[in-house]
Amino acid sequence: MSAGWEVVIGLEIHTQLATRSKIFSGASTAYGAEPNTQACLVDLGYPGVLPVLNEEVVHMAAMFGLAVNARVAPRSVFARKNYFYPDLPKGYQISQYELPIVEHGELFIADAGGEEKRIGITRAHLEEDAGKSIHEGLDQSSGIDLNRAGTPLLEIVSEPDMRSAKEAVAYMRKIHTIVRYLGISDGNMQEGSFRCDANISVRPKGQDELGTRTELKNLNSFRFVEKAINFEIERQIEVIEDGGEVVQETRLYDSDKDETRPMRSKEEANDYRYFPDPDLLPVEISAEYIETVRQQLPELPDAKRHRFIDEYQLKADDAAILTNSRPVADFYEATVAASDAKPQLVANWVVGDLSGALNRDGLDITESKVSADALAGLLTRIEDNTISGKIAKQVFEAMWDGEGSADDVIEAKGLRQITDNSAIEAVVDKVIEANPGQVAEYRAGKDKLIGFFVGQVMKETRGQANPGQVNQILKDKLSQ
Amino acid sequence: MRRWRRQKPRTRRAAGKGGALNGLPIVHKDIFCTRGVKTSCGSKILDNFISPYDATVVEKLANAGAVVLGKANMDEFAMGSSNETSYYGAVLNPWDLECTPGGSSGGSAAAVAARFVPAATGTDTGGSIRQPAALTGTVGIKPTYGRVSRYGMIAFASSLDQAGVITRTAEDAARVLGVMAGFDERDSTSVDHPVPDYVAGINESIEGLKVGIVRQHFDEGLDPDCGDRVRDAIAVIESLGAEAVEVDMPNIDYSVPTYYVVAPAECSSNLSRFDGVRFGHRAENAEDLMDMYCRSRGEGFGDEVKRRIMTGTYVLSAGYYDAYYLKAQQVRHLIADDFKKAFADVDVIAGPTAPTPAFRIGEKVDDPITMYLNDIYTIGANLAGLPGMSVPCGFVNGLPVGLHLVGHHFEEQTLLRFAHQYQQATDWHAACPEDFQ
Repeated sequence: MSAGWEVVIGLEIHTQLATRSKIFSGASTAYGAEPNTQACLVDLGYPGVLPVLNEEVVHMAAMFGLAVNARVAPRSVFARKNYFYPDLPKGYQISQYELPIVEHGELFIADAGGEEKRIGITRAHLEEDAGKSIHEGLDQSSGIDLNRAGTPLLEIVSEPDMRSAKEAVAYMRKIHTIVRYLGISDGNMQEGSFRCDANISVRPKGQDELGTRTELKNLNSFRFVEKAINFEIERQIEVIEDGGEVVQETRLYDSDKDETRPMRSKEEANDYRYFPDPDLLPVEISAEYIETVRQQLPELPDAKRHRFIDEYQLKADDAAILTNSRPVADFYEATVAASDAKPQLVANWVVGDLSGALNRDGLDITESKVSADALAGLLTRIEDNTISGKIAKQVFEAMWDGEGSADDVIEAKGLRQITDNSAIEAVVDKVIEANPGQVAEYRAGKDKLIGFFVGQVMKETRGQANPGQVNQILKDKLSQ
Repeated sequence: MRRWRRQKPRTRRAAGKGGALNGLPIVHKDIFCTRGVKTSCGSKILDNFISPYDATVVEKLANAGAVVLGKANMDEFAMGSSNETSYYGAVLNPWDLECTPGGSSGGSAAAVAARFVPAATGTDTGGSIRQPAALTGTVGIKPTYGRVSRYGMIAFASSLDQAGVITRTAEDAARVLGVMAGFDERDSTSVDHPVPDYVAGINESIEGLKVGIVRQHFDEGLDPDCGDRVRDAIAVIESLGAEAVEVDMPNIDYSVPTYYVVAPAECSSNLSRFDGVRFGHRAENAEDLMDMYCRSRGEGFGDEVKRRIMTGTYVLSAGYYDAYYLKAQQVRHLIADDFKKAFADVDVIAGPTAPTPAFRIGEKVDDPITMYLNDIYTIGANLAGLPGMSVPCGFVNGLPVGLHLVGHHFEEQTLLRFAHQYQQATDWHAACPEDFQ
């Protein structure tokens, strides 16, 4: 990125709310059904039908508002956004315009220097999704699938507070974590449950006035958000440095070519003619209701992260990784509770071996082949010196492969650690005797060779000797 | 109606129900969706539309045992005051076949006036039940906004539309309205307010009640003979013990312009769903999507509907919204306040329903503004969401004249009581058009 330029980014995130039925009808929101099998007369926009608000979406929006320290509006209003498109059955989308349900929120991300940075949330409003057009397999015509029409969305609009693609991604990840913590969205990006539009502009450093912005539509992965924004930043700087002007327009990101290009300008010429929807009453929320929702809020990622650092004395990085997803945090805490191992050791295992195994097999932590209790059993055996950390890895793999509990595996494979001093001394003596040259070098001051001797002892004991004892005995005998 | 109730049920549906309207033959305005039956809304664009479901009103009346004889013609999408905008042609007024029956519920009013049925459903956005009732010598009641479910009633202007009924007597209206009224969870704007026994309430005397007279409703623009019939009617009401007092409605003159901003704005959006994609008329051999939209709608909608869609689109456009739509909503509040103040002092407001008796077919069709003034006295009740009613109160040159009554929110029973007491003292409602005796 060229020096001397400041980047200004704001995001509009569309998150699909995890309700069972649609925002204004009783039809199911399940993904992947046969086209038009989950669209009732209301979703189809039939003559005479009327929308009825699903109360669950109000609850979810209020939860989100409280989670980002926002104002949950006592009165919000649904409006009609009017435009013609075949996947928009009524010829208007019901959304919120002048009076959204959530306003003036904030959250914190880590900026490039690792410092905490506040990102303002302008508003979040409820709206219905449209259906989709189908072109594949149809000759000279298009099909319409209205299963998605009427699916509830929460559109979360940030302030233009982000200064790099990395910050934008950090913000988006934070929102993603929050909505999943709250259980208000599955956050599934492949299915389109979580997607964003990015508004981007650049200006010379020190200039107050904002540059002309472009909007990138429908970015549906964290990676694409970063790449698309970076492409767009460079494009804009190049345009200006070449003496041109950035045109305010909507652009699409092509992930195959890694570039953005303008959408047809015709689609932008819309005047949406917003006006309050006369079919729906204003949404009125009492202070008591908001208080009830506040009481029911789960512990949020930031609070949990701080608690993990305080309560478990975890490294900040580990606490961040463990609290990034609620199931992971829950798994961690369940393991800590069930084992005698130190919390940091548990963290090392959850972040390390367990995550590695899950990634390798493409599993979610809720599908882990080693349960929190089973992992706790393994870590307790490290803590009580039955096995070493190294042997534990071998035991873990066996447990992962379904060979039983930690104790079963240790017993079956005879992996119990050797802690008998005389047994270890015998092996140490044997190693010293077999390597006179190294012994001489060590005694001449080459301390580093201690590692070599430990390795030899471990090899002899198939890794089962207690490493602490081995170290101690070796040092004693070598210095004699 | 009593005669019908004594008859044996004619259909299994009616026989099985044994409800409050057992065996009562009715017609539905073709704006109500009726399952398995064409529901055209008087428009070419829905000429091929068979509704897959029943409107709540249709369902409730069927459950009460009413027997549907057919669907009634209407102005296209309820936009009109003469029934001449229907794709299916004008409805004739039984009192003079060269005259219109008014509109938009003209088919319903004509069916009752001609003694085809004792009751017909209608809808009223600016006077579409009351004005045709006046022009055909029938009783028409538009209840409080939210009193009757709008589910399944094809929307014209959602914040103004309300279903009601046209009958020959206030007593019949009370009977049918009692079945239609009530909360419906499928309509968020319907109100969960108890439905009183309208029939039981109509026999109470109106002695001591106050009747408000709005000065502006007797200004120029009102046919002098119609004015005389209405004044005579008010005199009858006074003779029954009610007291007439003048009420001031300083903003009532803005009703028509306010209405012709709000209603078209809502209709321009409500009618967007008629796009040829999922149901209704679709133009043949469209070149592309835009061509399909333009031609389907261009061919499917009539002139008056197009005029209102264009007006509505204009008043909602960026740069005009504040000056038109927002301003109209503000004036609407002022008009509602005028009514509220008036109802602090009076029980009903009485005046003419329409400025003239029935006019000739073709007489006003090319002059939208004159046509719009037909609803000058009725629109206020829609803007304020109040119940309104028209009751036959005499004739001018052999054509019926209507007395208009407006009540406070959810005071339908007061209107019905006034109307019934008036009908006990008069026999205008008993008159039958010569050709239909």
